[in-house]
Amino acid sequence: MKKILVQGNVEGVILKSENSINFLGTVDKKTGVISDKNHDLFEKSIANSILVFPSGIGSSVGAYTIYSIKSNNSAPLAMICKKADLTVATGCALANIPLVIVSEEKFSTMKNGEKIILDTKSENIISKIS
Amino acid sequence: LELTREEESALKGEQGEILQMAYRILVATGEATDADKLIPIEWAHLAGVNYNTIGDAGEEFLSSISKDTRVKVKTTLNPMGFDIDNVSNYNLDDNFISKQLSIKNSYETIGVIPSFSCIPYEIFDIPKENTQVAFAESNAAIHANSYDNLKTNKESAFSALASAITGKSPYSSLRKDDTPNLSIRMKVNNPTELTYGMLGFFAGKVGDTSVNISGLGEMDRRQCKAMCGGMGTSGTCAKFLFEEEETGIEKIEFDEKEMKNVYDELNTAEKGDIVTLGSPQLGLDEISDLTSKLKGRSFKKRCMVFTPRMVKEQAKKIGYINELEQAGCEILSDCCTCLTPLINKDNVDAVTTNSIKGAFYLKNSNGVDVNLKSLTRIVEEETK
Repeated sequence: MKKILVQGNVEGVILKSENSINFLGTVDKKTGVISDKNHDLFEKSIANSILVFPSGIGSSVGAYTIYSIKSNNSAPLAMICKKADLTVATGCALANIPLVIVSEEKFSTMKNGEKIILDTKSENIISKIS
Repeated sequence: LELTREEESALKGEQGEILQMAYRILVATGEATDADKLIPIEWAHLAGVNYNTIGDAGEEFLSSISKDTRVKVKTTLNPMGFDIDNVSNYNLDDNFISKQLSIKNSYETIGVIPSFSCIPYEIFDIPKENTQVAFAESNAAIHANSYDNLKTNKESAFSALASAITGKSPYSSLRKDDTPNLSIRMKVNNPTELTYGMLGFFAGKVGDTSVNISGLGEMDRRQCKAMCGGMGTSGTCAKFLFEEEETGIEKIEFDEKEMKNVYDELNTAEKGDIVTLGSPQLGLDEISDLTSKLKGRSFKKRCMVFTPRMVKEQAKKIGYINELEQAGCEILSDCCTCLTPLINKDNVDAVTTNSIKGAFYLKNSNGVDVNLKSLTRIVEEETK
């Protein structure tokens, strides 16, 4: 574990992407569906997932998109990235969505569909539920 | 990141939800930038004022926090989408106007000084050397660090707002250390403000958090502002140093070839349908200089001049505004070229400006072409 940016404790299923996400413009504010055709999560909703992706990109105003999807009950339960970027950091802080930064190795072991508990207060911040 | 007991208590929500959110923003930003503590700041300057940039989500967010919070330190803010005195002259739709007024109202409610200006460093007194501030407007952050002896990172709209509410910022990056790893040698002869804007734009692209520039001669205020505006547009770099080159630092040149690359990237038209002056907004000495340059002349086409309300009021008393209006200038306060809804591609194909910052946003956000020219050439060619 490298960094805890926003604290929290949630249980959920991983939705993993290998692509960075530009929240301003490619995530639907109401539904949380990804609208970028070239994205590996195209037409998938990030709502209620534990969203695992490399990092955010694009305008810092994208933080408001994260705030919007949370207000519309379409936000992920938590986010896990391998690189800290200020858009996702402030967006998750605004919306109170737990956010942690993990190492490259940890990132590569996380699998789509896996059920995990993320608890930033626990010794083992991310644990699998079998 | 180590927090004091009081900061921990705020982060837990013991001092209310908004303060908790503000501390969440500072902690997330601080962790992301490897800060080890939060430190007090004395002045926050906010961005995220124009409805064009923050949209409905921003408007709703500000409206909801304004019910229950007040800023803790001196807080000023960026331009909005229109001049409050002449909104009805510009065919703006009712939704834009009402949402923009709501945003204005929210900021005023939380105690922000309604300066609506991107040049706080020209219209407010500069605090003493090394004072920590939190400026979200990029040209202002760069100006504060490079010319005003203040310390700020290039804040986001959110980190600056959190700093305004808490009076604190994460102690990281340029607040701590500004040793540049790159030096640019200025080689272009007879530079105008346009040259300096292009130098800034180039520096922002190649620089990391700070960059050294050598070979600069004397610069006037317009040229300094142009350089800050250019750099703020193209990257994350937020400070110029002006030292002689030291050994062991990477050196590159800014010569005719590098300048031409920037020019070709931003100049997309041979001529403009209208002229805009200001981005950053013009200060009093630029207004004074423009007035004397325009003596006995008038613009052949529409010319929009953006200046802060505080400057406009001073300029009016001195008589500049009257003279500029007679020379065909349209003087606008509270807003700026950048991200203005007052210029759009339905009625304008191309804009002539001397601003690199303006050019970048006109091209990328307003979708219009840009014709770049120095002020001297604009006066020569666009007036009679």
